[in-house]
Amino acid sequence: MTNLKGKNLISITDYSKEEYIQILDLAKEFELNPKQPILTDKVVASIFFEPSTRTRLSFESAANMLGARVIGFSNPAATSLQKGESLHDTIQMVASYSDIIVMRHPRDGAARYASEVSSVPVINAGDGANQHPTQCMLDLYSIRKTQGTLDNLNITMVGDLKYGRTVHSLVQAMSNFKATFHFVSPKELEMPESVKMHVKRMGLKYHEYTNLEDIVPFSDIIYMTRIQKERFSDPMEYEKVKNCYILDAATLQGCKENMRVLHPLPRVNEIAMNVDTTPYAYYFQQAQNGVYVRQALISAIMGVK
Amino acid sequence: MDNKKELIVSAIENGTVIDHIPAEAVYRVVNILNLNLHEDEVLIGTNLASKKLGKKGIIKIKNRYFAQNEIDKIAVAAPSATLIEIKDYQKVVKRQVEIPDILQAIVKCINPNCITNIEDISTRFTVIDKQPLKIKCHYCEKTQEPLA
Ligand SMILES: [Zn+2]
Repeated sequence: MTNLKGKNLISITDYSKEEYIQILDLAKEFELNPKQPILTDKVVASIFFEPSTRTRLSFESAANMLGARVIGFSNPAATSLQKGESLHDTIQMVASYSDIIVMRHPRDGAARYASEVSSVPVINAGDGANQHPTQCMLDLYSIRKTQGTLDNLNITMVGDLKYGRTVHSLVQAMSNFKATFHFVSPKELEMPESVKMHVKRMGLKYHEYTNLEDIVPFSDIIYMTRIQKERFSDPMEYEKVKNCYILDAATLQGCKENMRVLHPLPRVNEIAMNVDTTPYAYYFQQAQNGVYVRQALISAIMGVK
Repeated sequence: MDNKKELIVSAIENGTVIDHIPAEAVYRVVNILNLNLHEDEVLIGTNLASKKLGKKGIIKIKNRYFAQNEIDKIAVAAPSATLIEIKDYQKVVKRQVEIPDILQAIVKCINPNCITNIEDISTRFTVIDKQPLKIKCHYCEKTQEPLA
């Protein structure tokens, strides 16, 4: 066991494979017993420089279940930032009132910078298009929980693989566990070369598809993402492909029994409602798991677990 | 040709000669060192014949020596450059510039959404490859090739 006390979590590469497992094990403990008032003397600052209700509520719920008090803001328009205060000064101020900072910011690298300015540890709840490490951890937790292991799985990722930071992080994380990857996307939204290179360097295999049906029977996990119209230079291209990456109950015929469908949420129409009632739907529990993972992280970083 | 080259290099009493600059990088070196603000003599030669580079540039700066941080900047702009420090008409130091493993406050991040381009923050990059130069921003984590 490593001591994670005081350790920032900015990027998924900040923690080792062993440290991830440690957090996942701790999260399991919180899933069994979520209400543990072990941080009653602590203040968690939750500062959201851009709105993200889902992530914020998950963190604040985690902090509350640990008995901590939560301060912060969810709307940058209501803060002194509107008056031009620097991130540097805001972070120093918030750090003086709190024991740990959870922050979301629209700029890439803002969380890393905040961690260098802050006197208390920082958890990155998303910095622009760069990192969102707690999403990755809850994905790992959900995969391990549904499959009983993280090793040697067939992970299928579907949709916008070019811009989706969650899939990039997940590939990086799952590469530690000998996964085989299946990338399903339209040509325009293919997995970036740098991510594919990473898979190769780790001595692992990936396959690319444009058709989802082909790979459904072989998948242990199908990780769905949303395809955004704005990503296409040609709107006609979008119209052509938009329905090819919709998962419905019929598509799931013949899938493995252990297969589970994940999605970082919110979904739009890429997973049909009729999937929700199949035993394969796991995206709502996945979101719920986020609370346990965040409880585990906060308590480990605060040094009480 | 040889005589001219000789003249450019040798006619300096005290100062620095930056030689073997790729011709296209000459003005980049001038800019990053703010040589336009240097009040003493600056001689800039470019498109000179070079066996190694085809066409090279050379800059002679009178009464000026460079700190390590500035030499690192030269290395990034012109990795092939050599630096000759001259005191009393004598070459006292001659060396090849070298790109350091970490670039601290030397180049800007190309990502417009990077926090270093919004707040007043000193940039920091890890060098992934030196030839061709490939670096990764410590903040936004974007890999970039500043000379490409
Ligand atoms: Zn950057």
